[in-house]
Amino acid sequence: MSDQVITSVLFLAVVALTIGITIWASRQTSGATDYYAGGRSFSGFQNGLAISGDYMSAASFLGISGLIALGGMDGFIYSIGFLVAWLVALLLVAELLRNSGRYTMADQLAYRMRQRPVRMAAASSTVVVSIFYLLAQMVGAGSLVALLLGVDSGVLKNTTIAVVGLLMIFYVTVGGMKGTTWVQIVKAALLMSGTLLITVLVMAQFGFNLSDLLGAAAQNSGEGQAFLEPGLVYGSSLLTKIDFLSLALALVLGTAGLPHILIRFYTVPTSRDARVSVLWAIGLIGTFYLMTLALGFGAAALIDTGNLDESGNLASPRLAEAVGGGEGSIGGAVLLALISAVAFATILAVVAGLTLTSASSVAHDIYANVVKKGEVTEKQEVRVAKIAAFGIGAVAIVLSIFAQNLNIAFLVALAFAVAASGNVPALLFNLFWRRFNTRGALCAIYGGLTSAVLLVVFSPVVSGSSDALFPGSDWALFPLENPGIVSIPIGFLFGWIGTVTAGPDPAADAKYDELEVRALTGAGAWTATDR
Amino acid sequence: MAEETTPTQHSVYERVHASAEFQDLRKRYRGFAIPATITFMVWYLLFVLMSNWAPDFMGIKVLGNINIALVFGLLQFVSTFGIAWLYARHANKALDPIASKLNREYDEGVHK
Repeated sequence: MSDQVITSVLFLAVVALTIGITIWASRQTSGATDYYAGGRSFSGFQNGLAISGDYMSAASFLGISGLIALGGMDGFIYSIGFLVAWLVALLLVAELLRNSGRYTMADQLAYRMRQRPVRMAAASSTVVVSIFYLLAQMVGAGSLVALLLGVDSGVLKNTTIAVVGLLMIFYVTVGGMKGTTWVQIVKAALLMSGTLLITVLVMAQFGFNLSDLLGAAAQNSGEGQAFLEPGLVYGSSLLTKIDFLSLALALVLGTAGLPHILIRFYTVPTSRDARVSVLWAIGLIGTFYLMTLALGFGAAALIDTGNLDESGNLASPRLAEAVGGGEGSIGGAVLLALISAVAFATILAVVAGLTLTSASSVAHDIYANVVKKGEVTEKQEVRVAKIAAFGIGAVAIVLSIFAQNLNIAFLVALAFAVAASGNVPALLFNLFWRRFNTRGALCAIYGGLTSAVLLVVFSPVVSGSSDALFPGSDWALFPLENPGIVSIPIGFLFGWIGTVTAGPDPAADAKYDELEVRALTGAGAWTATDR
Repeated sequence: MAEETTPTQHSVYERVHASAEFQDLRKRYRGFAIPATITFMVWYLLFVLMSNWAPDFMGIKVLGNINIALVFGLLQFVSTFGIAWLYARHANKALDPIASKLNREYDEGVHK
């Protein structure tokens, strides 16, 4: 019983801490720039921490270690892809976007396109990507709490999901971007320390010898050397190999199209700070993903992975328990509770970021610019953002209840595929192709988004396999689990076809010069004092 | 349009855009960003393709249980850190001075 007391105390401490930060931040938030962009007052380092906090979700902490623990080297592609993807963001997107947008991803497109249709499109894809991502986090929260309380009950998981949903609505409606950013900064610090602690404890068991750790993992996994070689999960047929390639593409191209990451670039005063924040993020995120090797292979070596559920989502907490002294020991109970509380903080911070992003987009893009055609006060706009947060929270709660037996990292990879197909083609074309126009943007976003979502709906993830969302039915038509390899080219192709069939657009053309100057020099960009 | 620019702003933007310095800035930016992107993408895809179609090679042990797949994976980390560092150095030295100068010129042009 005492284990559950420790656990409950730590969980409540995490919740209390985040609520405290949110209330503190709400006292310093007044206008729309504060609400949407944290007053553009964060330093590059602070924003780098916050980006890391936003990015290293339950997928990274719980999902990847589970995939490595169950699938060996094939799981490591997630760590590599999630990191390398940051170079796309650093080299092609972060600074240019900071200079050319204001609050949302759509701003940058609306700068030279007909703004109502492109805002509608960008807002739709923002909400869809964020909801996929939210599902993953809430599924993680459900399994985590079920593990800690030792009851694998559907009711308990659903209650947890609902509580997380309510908390996230609270953070977003009360704290805005300032509160959310501070929650992410604190979470990033907690996550890095917790992961470092477990990594050191795991490595210590093997005399800090990586080779010995790998050897023990290979042996305990029952797969032998094959566990350390690529192909254990994806190597069996041509189809699974293509699925691996599809996953790898979605991972590397998705980051630069994740709306909740993109809007973080608006929280700093200049494009140079945006660059500095990405550099910090790359350092922190890279260090973290190196440690996923210790977490994943450590779990394979030290715990009985046959006891993990099929998703592997609980490998990290189980590993923490094992290195703390094992089941039933005090050390084990404390570390299990500690790591689970860190994971819970991770989930809360990420859901807050995602909800804020979608709510901002609904309020700023759809309500203020499409519905009200810009005739709206800041106060009304922020109020709509808060109402939207409720709606998005409710949708996420309901959908999560269906998605409980899927691996979190896997679900997030689907969100990456949708982002890479719908958003990345439009963003890159807009920045680098003068001829690109409104029709091209609409075709790229809707084409990429719809194809990615439809391919998921007709994939074995949703029906037609034993671990599908609807295992009893079979309407699967598309053989791959990750749609990226088909839907990403579709996004680019549609963007191109839409553009060349639209005929010349002198307005978009003239604004391209402005966009280029603004993106590269920051001339005329929104600053902290613009209200 | 999302943000209507005034005729003055538009003409200053056009003037900056036409300047030799801006053309130079754009060349320097693209001259780094595009080849660097191609490099890391090819390097990353090489890892993915070899994991798929050369698993025996990737499984060759280099040191104890550490095989080529792991070393190659870790080199992806090294290359990411390296390219990020090179870009930061390039941007500080070759891009920022021109960008801030043009930014000032724009402000002076608009507020004249």
